[in-house]
Amino acid sequence: MQSRLLLVTAAIAALSFGQAARKPGAPTKAWQAPRTPDGVADIQGFWNNSTLTPLERPKALGTKEFYTEEEFAELSRRVREGKIGAEADLGAAAEQTLRYDLSLYGFDITKATFASNRRTSLIVGPEGVVPPMLPQARKRNADRAAKNKGHEFDSYENRPLQERCILLGQERIPMLSGPNDNNELQIVQGRGWVVLLHEINHDTRVIPTDGRPHIAQRIRQYQGDSVGHWEGDTLVVDTTNFMDIGNFRGSGEKLHLIERFTRTAENTLLYGFTVEDPETWATPWTAEVPMTRSEGPVYEWACHEGNTMISTILNGARVAEAEAAKKGK
Amino acid sequence: MKYRIAPWAAVAALTLTVMLIPAPAAGQALATAKAGKVWTPPRTTDGVPDLQGVWTNNTVTPLQRPKGLGSKEFYTDAELQALQSKEKDRLAKNEEEGLPTEPGTAADVHYDFSEYGLDRGQSKMVWNHRTSIIVGPEGTIPPLTPEARQRLAEKRAKAKGHEFDGPESRPLGARCLVRENNGPPLLPTAYNSNLQIVQGPGYVVIESEEIHDARIIPTDGRPHIAKDVRQWMGDSVGRWEGNTLVVDTTNFTDQNPFDGAQNLHVTERFTRVDDETILYQFTVEDPGMWTKPWSGELPITRIQGQLYEYACNEANYGLANTLRGARVAEEEAAKKAAGK
Amino acid sequence: MYDFGVTKLMGLALVGGLLTISAAGQAYKAPRTADGKPNLNGIWQAVNSADWDLLGHAAAQGPVLSLGAVFSRPPGLSVVEGDEIPYLPAALARKKSNQADWVKLDPEVKCYLPGVPRATYLPYPFQIIQSQKTIMVAYEYAGAVRTINLEAPTKAPADSWMGWSNGRWEGESLVVDVSSQNDETWFDHAGDYHSDALHVIERYTPRSADTLNYEATIEDSKVFSRPWKISMPLYRHVEKDAKLLEYKCVEFAEEVLYGPLRKKPRTNP
Repeated sequence: MQSRLLLVTAAIAALSFGQAARKPGAPTKAWQAPRTPDGVADIQGFWNNSTLTPLERPKALGTKEFYTEEEFAELSRRVREGKIGAEADLGAAAEQTLRYDLSLYGFDITKATFASNRRTSLIVGPEGVVPPMLPQARKRNADRAAKNKGHEFDSYENRPLQERCILLGQERIPMLSGPNDNNELQIVQGRGWVVLLHEINHDTRVIPTDGRPHIAQRIRQYQGDSVGHWEGDTLVVDTTNFMDIGNFRGSGEKLHLIERFTRTAENTLLYGFTVEDPETWATPWTAEVPMTRSEGPVYEWACHEGNTMISTILNGARVAEAEAAKKGK
Repeated sequence: MKYRIAPWAAVAALTLTVMLIPAPAAGQALATAKAGKVWTPPRTTDGVPDLQGVWTNNTVTPLQRPKGLGSKEFYTDAELQALQSKEKDRLAKNEEEGLPTEPGTAADVHYDFSEYGLDRGQSKMVWNHRTSIIVGPEGTIPPLTPEARQRLAEKRAKAKGHEFDGPESRPLGARCLVRENNGPPLLPTAYNSNLQIVQGPGYVVIESEEIHDARIIPTDGRPHIAKDVRQWMGDSVGRWEGNTLVVDTTNFTDQNPFDGAQNLHVTERFTRVDDETILYQFTVEDPGMWTKPWSGELPITRIQGQLYEYACNEANYGLANTLRGARVAEEEAAKKAAGK
Repeated sequence: MYDFGVTKLMGLALVGGLLTISAAGQAYKAPRTADGKPNLNGIWQAVNSADWDLLGHAAAQGPVLSLGAVFSRPPGLSVVEGDEIPYLPAALARKKSNQADWVKLDPEVKCYLPGVPRATYLPYPFQIIQSQKTIMVAYEYAGAVRTINLEAPTKAPADSWMGWSNGRWEGESLVVDVSSQNDETWFDHAGDYHSDALHVIERYTPRSADTLNYEATIEDSKVFSRPWKISMPLYRHVEKDAKLLEYKCVEFAEEVLYGPLRKKPRTNP
């Protein structure tokens, strides 16, 4: 698998330091995105949404939505020096077990870029956390887990979608980067269409912007069905028709996602999303993730073609069963 | 609506309720091309000779000249009249020509074609003076080459004792795959020997009623398809030579229409000689099969009505019953052998 | 150098506008055959997965696991207007049981004649040969064929698999009335079926030089509560020397039809 995994202690590139963080109420800079030949805002190129900002606000910060410039500088320095600090701090995504030594693969972590963002969490608003899950959703997910209990290694069907290379996670919408993974995104615009190509799992979303309705309710898809339209210079994408398995943070097939793409500077694409699912969360919730321009190109991510995980895991389970059976005899 | 179960290998067919045309008077027997009649056919709106309509090549004329006629290529008027009366009598007496009706024979088991309107005498027939469809002094298919003889002998040896093993052991017609008579060349078949010709710009389509095979012939001068693409009815390309449609067909498999012919080449000529008649001529050659090419001639005559649907495979009880019968026979033989 | 007066410019703009409006308002007019009718001659093919399921459908596992992705059901948008087939309640139950056992029951598996309109949207080409009195439509699949009578309508002598077709010209469209189909054919692999009361009216309308618009209105009072309609474009095969080849699939259905009657099980694939 050719993923570019990164350790948490990566340097923050000093890109668009001041521009990515937007204070509410502050007048937006008078920067106009260039146009495509079809006259819409040009959001094309290679983008990366790696960030050290956690999805949910550290408890200790309460309703504090933004770090001050000074706080931010201090935190950044600490991260650059390799001091992750407590769970409450910037870059506080949990430390991952080191999978492999990336320098072996020629991935130079000092060249990694992160979009700068003075937010204390990606989720906006006073709470800054995912709303509580409704009891019915909790039950739904618990029932599903219970069904699988004891059968986790029966078959490929019992394994997670990530392992099966069906839906890895980082390409799942809404788009959120994992703590360790580099997320390359390529956007290409044609007349009346916008294509989003995720490097991870080469997931491609081809989004019409001609105002057409969603496809039939009967048709469900892992990444749902997306239709887009322009509101000024913002691309608004509306997605429904999700399947009811492997869903975003335990949500169900009633998930409704609205995404917004706005180029706020030469090298910054502001990505915002609102999710609602009346069968999962009491209220909708919104997050904002700045993306920064990346160098490209997008490499081919042939997950399934090189998937030895499933066969190894299932084989191991069969071996373990055989041995247990022998012991039992 | 129920189908009638059709005769002949129990293949279902819808009957063609064509007007019963009695044998024409001798004077109306069709002249052959030798007479050299020149008649200008009407043209289609695309400016080519119009061959369209529904036709039949139903005839008593055999493919090969009956033994004993030697090099006699044409009957006299009197002889033709005699043939026509004989045919009339046969139909009236309800006899299968020359076949015994002793118990246990096919003719005995077979049913009365005329009950279903499928006796050839009940449909319009093409009468002509020729003693055989194959032209020339011999009037027979030329001898096989030694290699072909050997090839066919081996094939037959291999098939011996396996004639009922499975569907692929049975004749192509019984499998409802293709009727050998449709070739090309177009040869008459036992019944429903009908075809329809439709012309569009740059194309002539010949649909044979059995088994609803539409041969689509482009006349735009294109080459044949790739050599190793083989088709049951080959690949046909056509061109106009004056008032004659010339059709060249290659790319046959080695099973149809002549079992064992691996490089068959058929040339056909369609010339409308009067309002009711197309003169159909053909030449067949395969140097790996016969010592020389051979040619034939048979007029095709207009009939009233439309082709019916011949849904052969859809009701092919014949093949299923044949195989089932063989399996039952084997079981019984096995039981006998086991002394049960 | 011209110096256009304002009036002249406005005049030009107005004319240009009118031209645009009239171009948008008029339907496409196909070139004519020598006898003055829209020319439908050519080799055509539908490009969709309607033969799998007329209704909108997601991708799904195919019936033969060992064929994996090669024979899985592809996704497809609905070709049924309104994305609903109005089955009578009892008939819907039969559709569902058809669907559950389609590999055994779908006549297409046995290379049986497909009937109309299924013949049109099988994933194989067909050819229209258009003459004055007759149009012949030859389908590559199973060598199926039907003749459309353009003269005074005639009655079917008997039921048949492909039905009996009478056609007429209505402006730019060929309208074909198809009657007397037997009850043996299906509409798709999803078990959609009909009785012998089926009556189909097709419309073939050229929409550009290389596409036709195909519509079929389906009624069958024994199975559906009202008529319903499918529509889809048909695309011309424009490659040089495009040609129908033989697809005599009876051979490939024999194992299905007669396998158990073999002396010995078949060994070759």
